[in-house]
Amino acid sequence: MNDAHDLGGHPPWGHPHFGGGSSGDAYRKDLHTYLWGLLLAVALTVVPFAAVYWHAMTASSLWITIGVFALVQAVVHFRCFLHVHPPHENVDEMLLVLFTVIILIMMAGGTVWILGNLHSRMY
Amino acid sequence: MSLTQFIFGRLSLHSLPFWSAIQHPTIENIVNDTIASGAASMVIVGAVATAGLITYFGKWRYLWTEWLTSVDHKRIGIMYIVVAFVMLSRALIEAVLMRTQQAFGLGGGFLSPEHFGELFSTHGTIMIFFMAMPFLIGLINFVMPQQIGTRDVSFPVMNSISLGLTVAGAMLVMISLVVGKFSTGGWSGYPPYTETTFNPGVGPDYWIWAVSLSGIGTMLTGINFAVTIYKRRAPGMTLMRMPLFTWTALCTSILMIFAMPPLTVATVLLALDRYLGFHFFTNGLGGNMMNFANLFWLFGHPEVYILILPAFGVYSEVIPAFSGKIIYGYTSLVLATMVIALLSFTVWLHHFFTMGQSAAVNATFGIATMMIGIPTGVKIYDWMLTMVRGRIRFTVPMVYSLGFMMLFVIGGMSGIILANPSIDYQVHNTLFLVAHFHNVLIPGLLFGMLAGYHFWFPKAFGFRLNERWGMASALCWIFGFMFAFFPLYALGLLGFPRRTVAFYNPIYVPYLAIALFGGVIILAALACLVIQLVVSVIQRDQNRVPAGDPWNASALEWSVAAPAPEYNFAVLPEVTARDAFMVAKEHGTAYLPPERFTDIEMPKNSPMGMILCITGAFAAFGLVWHIWWMVGIAMLATIGAMIWHGSLRDYERIIPAQEIREDYMRWLKLVHDAHPVSRDHEIEHDNAGLADLHETMEAAE
Amino acid sequence: MSGNTLDNPGFRLRASYHHVDREGEVMFGFWVFLMSDAIIFGLIFATYATMVRATAGGPGPKQLFDIGSVAIETSALLLSSFTYGLASLALRYHAGRWAVIAWLAVTLVLAFVFLWFEVHDFLTMFAHGGSPDRSGFTSAFFGLVPLHGLHVTSGCIWMVVLIVRMLRKGIDEDVRLGVQRLALFWHFLDIVWIAIFSLVYLGGLV
Repeated sequence: MNDAHDLGGHPPWGHPHFGGGSSGDAYRKDLHTYLWGLLLAVALTVVPFAAVYWHAMTASSLWITIGVFALVQAVVHFRCFLHVHPPHENVDEMLLVLFTVIILIMMAGGTVWILGNLHSRMY
Repeated sequence: MSLTQFIFGRLSLHSLPFWSAIQHPTIENIVNDTIASGAASMVIVGAVATAGLITYFGKWRYLWTEWLTSVDHKRIGIMYIVVAFVMLSRALIEAVLMRTQQAFGLGGGFLSPEHFGELFSTHGTIMIFFMAMPFLIGLINFVMPQQIGTRDVSFPVMNSISLGLTVAGAMLVMISLVVGKFSTGGWSGYPPYTETTFNPGVGPDYWIWAVSLSGIGTMLTGINFAVTIYKRRAPGMTLMRMPLFTWTALCTSILMIFAMPPLTVATVLLALDRYLGFHFFTNGLGGNMMNFANLFWLFGHPEVYILILPAFGVYSEVIPAFSGKIIYGYTSLVLATMVIALLSFTVWLHHFFTMGQSAAVNATFGIATMMIGIPTGVKIYDWMLTMVRGRIRFTVPMVYSLGFMMLFVIGGMSGIILANPSIDYQVHNTLFLVAHFHNVLIPGLLFGMLAGYHFWFPKAFGFRLNERWGMASALCWIFGFMFAFFPLYALGLLGFPRRTVAFYNPIYVPYLAIALFGGVIILAALACLVIQLVVSVIQRDQNRVPAGDPWNASALEWSVAAPAPEYNFAVLPEVTARDAFMVAKEHGTAYLPPERFTDIEMPKNSPMGMILCITGAFAAFGLVWHIWWMVGIAMLATIGAMIWHGSLRDYERIIPAQEIREDYMRWLKLVHDAHPVSRDHEIEHDNAGLADLHETMEAAE
Repeated sequence: MSGNTLDNPGFRLRASYHHVDREGEVMFGFWVFLMSDAIIFGLIFATYATMVRATAGGPGPKQLFDIGSVAIETSALLLSSFTYGLASLALRYHAGRWAVIAWLAVTLVLAFVFLWFEVHDFLTMFAHGGSPDRSGFTSAFFGLVPLHGLHVTSGCIWMVVLIVRMLRKGIDEDVRLGVQRLALFWHFLDIVWIAIFSLVYLGGLV
């Protein structure tokens, strides 16, 4: 089943065709989601980079800043780029991601705890 | 690098199994190399004989089109089980060899330490990765899509690829008998022993790549099964209407998806250490070998639940069927399965209590480990309560189930003992541990697989297995297991370490002699299984069950013909209850023709499984022997095949409605003409696969 | 012949063809694969965290990491996620294959920028004595970051294959599903990169 729209004569950067107003609205809404995602992600990246580059705070504050901004940016990616957020018809996908996060916390967290404990008993 | 080194890598005449006997003809070398060469010869003779027989009977085309390129989940399942049986035979022989060595091991014995090391390493690796996993994956493959009322798994070609990768890994382990020596590092392959400092040869590399190939195959299988169960259940089959075997298949596949990655990480990081000089697990320069144990058991613990859950699923099907009742406590069994699956990710440290963690860390994981015993106990009670007030028939699957219930509980209890870190410090890495895990694996996993094999064999091939030889095998397994492993509990408590080639205290000898006796009985059990299959094939016409329901069982797979048609169901069922087929039988509405037949789309055959099997095997062999050109070509061929496969567009074929109608009506007529048998007569020749519905309907009232 | 169509207990055999939602199934399967990949990355991250101080007297993060280069890589990859999003939109709203191909090509260029700077970083690290065989820390670094780079490379190969398919045969159902799956893959890799630049690079330079 080939997609019928082949804009052979148009330049590749030309604007896409839309149906009536409703799909045009949907397109704009989707596009705004991506644009917001990009803007937020850039902001959430620049701040921790700047903070580290200019040693703007104490080491532990920097760690917290980096961590929080990273988590928030991950959520932005999930919501704006991957379209995974409640309430949504992709309930299965969201549950899967949450389950994976739990497993990751147990596995990675457990690893760090165990090896940290071993390390502290080595010296 | 010379031309020979480029072409052959580090493969040379030294790699042949009899080389050291020729170079240094000591008694030890001659004895060990003779055994090794004997094993190598069996591999070569076996391969040549198989190829020869296929050629003699002119069956290459049949094999290719009907089996090797088939994407039918039933065929793939059967092939997995064939692999499992072949590898079971090899690993059992290795086990008896080790038992023999230990029985005569006072002061030395006949096996060299290195040979013994290879034996316990291949025994464990084969049993876990190339016997147990293929067996359970094969059973789930065969049964689950039929139980949920669909025609195939979600990704049939990927299913074939998983099989191909597993077979490639198995071939690598078989080839290790002919050239080179397998790892002596056990099935867990701990560094720094398996680093190049201590093992520069091919052994650990054989282990790494065999396990990696199998692991990738299993990961893909887990994805396949999970998506199938999530997305392809028949209309009306809610999760709580699924048969219990499917529930355990779902939880098993979730475990596979999340437990195989840690194994991949562990083996790949070890490979980076060995091939590129990294320092993940080395002794010096910042390596941390304790992380390997951590990563390996992050895989290893969920792995053992991958092994046991499908067996639990089999028991949940077999025990109700041969008690003449519906399973007791369905909801509690579902909850118990889910709890076991979740908890299995929280206990992995109990495999290395003695590695040096503080008591607090050990206690946390010890308590978590003891908690896993609770849902398992719930299951045992549910199975026992299923049997209460039932009419028990002592068929082969039921005998395995009874053996399981009595023996597995002992193994579970020894596990609870080991869960206590203080006790574990005393018995860790002794034969007590070996007794524990064989006690849960053999009566748990293996009996379940063998029960499932007997239970579903008629559905696969259309005729029942011979009951008498099956009973002989089951009894030999039960008693052989007890003789072989109960002495090991005593030996462990007496201080006998595991993986020990020789010893000097004669107090151990009587126990080891009994254990050897048990091993011989287990060999007899294997022989009975082989004889049973031969006899059953010879007698197949007398034991045909074409109507499809030889055991008067309750799930959907029994509602179709035996052997099942390629497309499973002429019309996909709409399910309205749990135990759908039994409910239909009780109300007299089974065996009715559907409203209308439509064309069925089935996937076409695909060579991808075979292609990736071959490229995978060559890539792995090249990596082991440092034949880099072979690795390069194999990887390019793999990528090329995947790109080619992605470009295919014509991958389905149509089975016309007319053909389906004819097959269905022919079967329906057969059902109507068949003589129904009551449960008491199901193992007699006149069981045509039609249950006596009067008995069933009376029982329902 | 009313057959098995009444409110039959157990099951019934109507003729209604049970249509499987192939797209939903394929996408869900790919999500599951991504989650197993996430576990692999997560464990290698955890390994890195436990080995970041195992420099064995050799160079550590502060000696080897170049924040400017990382900033460029981060920008390139983030922007490439956005341009892939535009490709996804072009696909969803039937803008025709040339629009999709164009945005994918831009994404590819940005990916090459990312990879170029990353390989350059690695070579610079080697020159400063930070090769993987130097210490546990460098091993852990080179186990993690090139793994991400290999994933990006595989994604690029896949992208090229899809572009070639679209050029030759236009957009059909299989290509559509391929672009959608690669979209998931691509965004997932950007999320992994967030973790890398945060925990490895920025964290190492704190």
